[in-house]
Amino acid sequence: MPLHAVETFEEWRVAARELIATGVPAEDVSWTASSQSLFSAQSPSSTQTSGTKNFSVPPEFIERARVVACHQDQGRWELLYRILWRLTHGERHLLKDSADDDITRFQRMHKAVTRDVHKMKAFVRFRKVVVDEGEQFIAWHRPDHRIVRLAAPFFARRFPTMNWTILTPEESVTWDQQDLKFGPGVPASEAPEGDVLEDLWKTYYVSTFNPARIKIKAMKKEMPVRHWPTMPETALIPEMLEQAGQRVTQMMNSREGFDTTAASFFPDEMTWENVAAAASACRACHLHEHATQTVFGTGATNAGIVLVGEQPGDREDIEGEPFVGPAGQLLDEALENAKIDRTTVYITNVVKHFKFTEKGKRRLHQKPNAREISACRPWLEAELEILKPSALVLLGATAAQALLGRDFRITRQRGQIVKSEWCDRTVATWHPAAILRMPDEVRRRQMTEDLILDLATVHGR
Amino acid sequence: MDVREKLAILADAAKYDASCASSGSKGTRQGSKLGSTEGMGICHSYTPDGRCVSLLKILLTNYCIYDCQYCVNRISSDTPRARFSVDEVVSLTLEFYRRNYIEGLFLSSGIIQNSNYTMEQLTLVAKKLREEHQFGGYIHLKTIPNADPELIQEAGLWADRLSVNIELPTENDLHQLAPEKKKPEIVQSMSGIREKIDEFKADRKEGFKAPRFAPAGQSTQMIVGATPTSDQEILETATELYTGQNLRRVYYSAYSPIPHADARLPAQSPPLVREHRLYQADWLMRFYGFSSEEIVTEDDRNLALDIDPKLAWALANRHFFPVDVNRASREELLRVPGMGVRSVDRILQVRRYRQLRSEDLKKLRVAWKRTRVFVQTADRNPGLLNLEKLNLRQQLRPQKQLLLFDAAASATTGEV
Repeated sequence: MPLHAVETFEEWRVAARELIATGVPAEDVSWTASSQSLFSAQSPSSTQTSGTKNFSVPPEFIERARVVACHQDQGRWELLYRILWRLTHGERHLLKDSADDDITRFQRMHKAVTRDVHKMKAFVRFRKVVVDEGEQFIAWHRPDHRIVRLAAPFFARRFPTMNWTILTPEESVTWDQQDLKFGPGVPASEAPEGDVLEDLWKTYYVSTFNPARIKIKAMKKEMPVRHWPTMPETALIPEMLEQAGQRVTQMMNSREGFDTTAASFFPDEMTWENVAAAASACRACHLHEHATQTVFGTGATNAGIVLVGEQPGDREDIEGEPFVGPAGQLLDEALENAKIDRTTVYITNVVKHFKFTEKGKRRLHQKPNAREISACRPWLEAELEILKPSALVLLGATAAQALLGRDFRITRQRGQIVKSEWCDRTVATWHPAAILRMPDEVRRRQMTEDLILDLATVHGR
Repeated sequence: MDVREKLAILADAAKYDASCASSGSKGTRQGSKLGSTEGMGICHSYTPDGRCVSLLKILLTNYCIYDCQYCVNRISSDTPRARFSVDEVVSLTLEFYRRNYIEGLFLSSGIIQNSNYTMEQLTLVAKKLREEHQFGGYIHLKTIPNADPELIQEAGLWADRLSVNIELPTENDLHQLAPEKKKPEIVQSMSGIREKIDEFKADRKEGFKAPRFAPAGQSTQMIVGATPTSDQEILETATELYTGQNLRRVYYSAYSPIPHADARLPAQSPPLVREHRLYQADWLMRFYGFSSEEIVTEDDRNLALDIDPKLAWALANRHFFPVDVNRASREELLRVPGMGVRSVDRILQVRRYRQLRSEDLKKLRVAWKRTRVFVQTADRNPGLLNLEKLNLRQQLRPQKQLLLFDAAASATTGEV
């Protein structure tokens, strides 16, 4: 029985073509994988006969056989030849018969090699080495099969402008930005030692890990332990697992923040009176601790027009009513000028408690932060839900952003009547306090006129 | 603060986003000097949480003006803060990429100043990578809802994938936990991206050389288990997004207890099995012809936890079986428990040449233990006798209830 020693797919292909052409059935051929064998491959020309008959196989077979040829399994050449024989002897559709034993094995080997190539693309870790000619990126990787030639073109496409080398125990490949050069295998000891970037990479690896989810089996299935020695980040895994439990406990313990918003204080029946009474006992944020009292909205509850400010000031905090201080006076004048009777409107604030810092004997107004606004917002939403205003005026940036979104810019969008979630005619305008703070007289007058105009417009229809 | 410290903070802050895919981009950008995208994504590493590390997933900054309760970066949290410069992100991406650690960059950010400013900064990173470094690797940018359409348009030129997070499955959930985010606004941002993608495709079809726009499409993520919303509602939202917005992928992220979380959120471990079941159901809707109305069969409108959703459907619809593997249509075969798309396609191929027997199915690697109860083969299949048994569910349920800690790799791939 002729013994065929082939090492590469091309060698097998030449030999197999010859054997088929001369009609040698699969059971009459023996294959050996080593070229060091005493028997050398029969040179194709030696058995070439003049009467070679042409045959063809599906291109899919050649394509897949080329991959299967890289499998470690010693029986691969025999399997490939047997399939080739059957394909050319009455079983042209053999490849489609996934239930056939030869094809099952063929598919399984194909999958194993493809997966190995995929893992090589994933797990190769280059280390940068600076040599005379410049930067070199070198990796040592241990694939399961002889796949360097299958995988190398991928790395050339991906890193065309780098000089890189991939070493494996059986083969190596180098890219000089023009050609791939294949060489012999190299032991792991030849690989470069390390790379400063590996520290950063490990930092990333640890930080992106979520200790609240542990799925070790899933990790090992996709990242087999045999590849770990060449992947620097895997050195940290034992430590990460050890600390995971503790980190989760810590995470759970450091739960903080406000356990409530105003919604937790809502009464059973949402009438205006009930809501106002409930708000007086609100502790949804810490502002209630220092403020005198809750300053809820006041005015006509069938008003149709609702004005929303930012938060109560010093006077409001003491008197318990919104807009009774200097800003309130300015607002009153503006309403009058816009021909709106203050007793026919409803006035309220986004935040219902006064926020301040003490400076000597004075209490200085402080802007509420996002936390306080979102804790308090349900009161405002409840008011709007109950009142169903036909016109809604938002005084100042805080009110405008609270209801129209954080991207609202009062300087650009002031005076435009827009449709909001709560009211078809919503307008944002200057806050009276902002007008009072404006040092420039001309500008102050202009802003006052804007305010009056906006009020009149939204009211006027 | 040095880059390493920033990286620790900003990778930690980004890790709650489940999406890691680097797939879907066809063909590397022309003129690339470093990097490629060839369609299939690559997972370069895996962390012990079972998730793949494919992209450098970081935030540009975790400072944020918003106060979303489920988010570790909300303004009221006292988590440590950091901010990368644009150049730092560019350089980290390139250096990691050159060592083959990653497929590319997934960049998101807390909102600083305003939506437009934040979006500009994100886009600038991508633009620099593409224009100054001819980077051809994968870039996924998180788009900031409310940013101007022109900014989104530019982001799409540089990125492979854009995503807007729907965050929570229903409007009501959002209202409760992220009052400043509004579903209509989020959906509007998605439609904006979808329109641009459609426009690009139409232009290309007509033969115009339109510049690439987010060739890997858009995706989104929602957090599950932070509110009592049912799986049925979650899957309906997903369907709405797949059909209405043409999303490539909806990610489900089991709510993890986050440090500095609001006490109103549940403090238990993340519902990993539930997340796993949702991915399976999602997969069945996209590739197996199931719809969100039929896939949840339990009375409480949640997916079964002890068995996979396809098996649950089969048990609830036994009149549909047995399916004859030698005659049934592809659609029917896809509904058989234990058979995946690949097995079904192989069956369709093989049966042109031979009658399939039980032995053949085993060779095709179907999960025979489950499949045998539901199929008719060319020989006698004794497994069929069990189809009407009342204790079938107990019989077919996986023996190990260890599932909670190890819901298998399909949690990430979703493959049933």
